[in-house]
Amino acid sequence: MEHLELFLKSIFIDNMVFSVFLGMCSYLAVSKKVSTAVGLGAAVIFVLAITVPLNWLLDQYLLQPGALAWLGDDYADYDLSFLSFIMFIATIATMVQLVEIVVEKFSPSLYNSLGIFLPLIAVNCAILGGSLFMQSREIPTLGLATVYGIGSGIGWFLAILAIAAIREKIRYSNVPPALRGLGITFIITGLMAIGFMSFGGMLTGGEEETTKEENTANVDESKENLEVKEVLANNIKVNE
Amino acid sequence: MGLLSKKDAALIKDPLADNNPITIQVLGICSALAITAELEAAIVMSVSVLFVLGIGNVVISLMRNIIPSKIRIIVQLIVVAALVIIVDQVLKAFAYELSKTLSVFVGLIITNCIIMGRFEAFALGNGAWRSFLDGIGNALGYGVILIIVAFFRELLGAGTLLGFKVLGDPIEKTGVYAFGYENNGFMIMPPMALIVVGIIIWVQRTRNKALIED
Repeated sequence: MEHLELFLKSIFIDNMVFSVFLGMCSYLAVSKKVSTAVGLGAAVIFVLAITVPLNWLLDQYLLQPGALAWLGDDYADYDLSFLSFIMFIATIATMVQLVEIVVEKFSPSLYNSLGIFLPLIAVNCAILGGSLFMQSREIPTLGLATVYGIGSGIGWFLAILAIAAIREKIRYSNVPPALRGLGITFIITGLMAIGFMSFGGMLTGGEEETTKEENTANVDESKENLEVKEVLANNIKVNE
Repeated sequence: MGLLSKKDAALIKDPLADNNPITIQVLGICSALAITAELEAAIVMSVSVLFVLGIGNVVISLMRNIIPSKIRIIVQLIVVAALVIIVDQVLKAFAYELSKTLSVFVGLIITNCIIMGRFEAFALGNGAWRSFLDGIGNALGYGVILIIVAFFRELLGAGTLLGFKVLGDPIEKTGVYAFGYENNGFMIMPPMALIVVGIIIWVQRTRNKALIED
């Protein structure tokens, strides 16, 4: 249940693009065609699913204050958290290279579709952002970290797919010349982000709120009933 | 600018308007959107980027002949990461509250595409002094947009600028609030950053027709 909740939350509520604006550069640059957008989106899911759990391990056993305790009592007081940026980015850069080599070796067809995007991904802020948010939100277990990585990746994938589809269609519309291209993409993304804000209440609503909602629903119903009665009464009068 | 030759001055002036990193080159959007709800955060972010890009460009430019081109991305990332760690530690020491507001976005300067973009496009092919000017120019162009966006978002969203209540007090109904003005809380929300940047791009391209895409 916990896993499912985090999964849905990272896809919709904390969507990488619409609520924290990560990976905007490649989101804007590679969203002109749906097919390339799908390729990059898939690569992002793939890399996030690998690097977030890996960086979670690094954070847990190397970087956190007191994380070196497994080396013995002498090391228990060390706090290496100031090194997290450099460690995370090094992991990401190496993993991307490694993934590229492995994919090229074992699955040439996948390499042909993902290959050109993989080097781009090392500098996609969504990837580093995933690891940094994982650290700052203190995700407790390796399983949850993996779920968080995959969920964030899928959220990013959905976002770039949606904007690519809209941009393909908008070519036939009459946009003001100065807004064409970048400008209208920004504004559409803004509108989509407003839409995604509505997911905010999905998992956060506590018991209190639901009971309140039920109460208001009841009130509405009774009001409706009254109105219906009035209308009926009026109809009867008219008929008479 | 008596100090600089015409060509060098252009390196600083161009990114401010006609070759702006955010609105024209489409670099460094992420942080431009995420931390512009308050003017103060935007200014600190601009200064941090100015520092990292100015120094990083010089370092990369000095090393440009000894970096093997196959591993240049990793080398660049390490240089940026080292500079960003300095910025992060300084912020944590002298402006702790602010570093909490900026949270992960200081770290994300590493993957800010402005930095990698300028390294790749300029510092790898030019001398140290010109690279330094290019870094400063682009960071200023980035800062200008950040500050414009943050100015409007903080003014319209919270009625304050840098924390000062410039429009009067919304609770005691002084200043413009006496006439029934209300803060538009929606401006603080993330989506409005996108729309404000969209409008800036619109205004800029209406004024300079040469920039229009087809």
